Amino acid sequence: MSETREKPAGITPSQTVGPYFAYGLTPRQEYAWRDAFDTPVATADTDGTRIRIIGAVLDGDGKPVPDAMIEIWQADATGRYAHPRDDRGRANSAFKGFGRCGADKTGSFAFDTIKPGGVPGPGGKVQAPHIVVCLFARGMLRHLYTRLYFPDDAATHATDSVLALVPTDRRATLIAERDGDVYRFDIRIQGDSETVFFDL
Amino acid sequence: MTLIYPKSSNAAHPAYDFGGYRSTGKRHPLKPLIIMPHTLSELTGPVYGHDAVRDNEFDLTKQHLGEPLGERIVVAGRVLDEDGRPQPNTLIEIWQANACGRYVHGVDQHPAPLDPNFTGAGRAVTDADGRYKFVTIKPGAYPWGNHHNAWRPNHIHFSLFGPSFLSRIVTQMYFPGDPLFPFDPIFNSITDAKVRDRMVCRFDLGTTVPDWALGYQFDIVLRGRTATPTEEPHDE
Repeated sequence: MSETREKPAGITPSQTVGPYFAYGLTPRQEYAWRDAFDTPVATADTDGTRIRIIGAVLDGDGKPVPDAMIEIWQADATGRYAHPRDDRGRANSAFKGFGRCGADKTGSFAFDTIKPGGVPGPGGKVQAPHIVVCLFARGMLRHLYTRLYFPDDAATHATDSVLALVPTDRRATLIAERDGDVYRFDIRIQGDSETVFFDL
Repeated sequence: MTLIYPKSSNAAHPAYDFGGYRSTGKRHPLKPLIIMPHTLSELTGPVYGHDAVRDNEFDLTKQHLGEPLGERIVVAGRVLDEDGRPQPNTLIEIWQANACGRYVHGVDQHPAPLDPNFTGAGRAVTDADGRYKFVTIKPGAYPWGNHHNAWRPNHIHFSLFGPSFLSRIVTQMYFPGDPLFPFDPIFNSITDAKVRDRMVCRFDLGTTVPDWALGYQFDIVLRGRTATPTEEPHDE
């Protein structure tokens, strides 16, 4: 690494995704532009329990946010990430672990994926299975990060190092509600049951 | 090589609540964000390289039967990390208004014409030196409802992934010397003028193609720097 390079003064700042991102980022069938990302998240050869995640994004008045974009990032069923930094070997199959969905008129989103396994956490402890969720919207100058946990893993929630940082009376906002193979995860930007967001 | 993501770098970002931009009012968290260490879940992120992009997607002027109207431009630059290291194989997605300031999006009701030869979306992946290039049309300014006589400066939206989910960024690229700068709350949500200037591209004669298109350079710096023993404590 002997090359000389100019060190930048700092990072490029964030700006809002605005109201008109759909034809560029989540075109689906609506616009004359293809999606860059596969939908569903789970590919045909992905091992693991198929699940569906649904939810809605709600603003400070409890109104749906139709111009929101939700992204998810998760490990595979064995808890491995399809990323070079996860040096435990590549995640199985063509599963990339990433999903993106534009909210509809009711602020709703959905992902068809698999339930992730537990992944390594601080101090060599395994984290409870979770999905990292990233929220963008008109009116948000910068995206927000949260996490989705699963209600079936209550035993591991008790020892999860990240949940331990969240006040007990707010933890429920991070735990999806289960109905069969469907997990509901609403994102409330403000209010009494405001979703926990993380400073990363 | 291990990258770390100092939280101090986030100081460049705008506040979630910025009074001048009305829509932030009901769309920013009121409770404090929970500070947490970066785990493997945050230090990894989606990997999309050349397989995610088709050859012609960097050229927004060649997506339809005819050529779009407006001023043809080249926008090129590098994607770097905080140490100035080029970021290869990074997906960049852009979207923008047409030359008249009109978006294809169904919600855009600005009474300016759509251009049947312009969608306004593009994608590129950075090369081994972190370089990218788009060919497009200079976007027009357009009015919006934030306040009386509110107009957005000309801009192109950029979305990038980078090496982890922590380097994820959505931003806007502006053009030098835009007279609307002092009036735009989104641009001015970055209160430090030096940081704000990082969003403004620069005209570059070297990028300009003779007899064909003006060229602009726009470098994007993502979060992430090399961990060294003198850096702040390891985040993992």
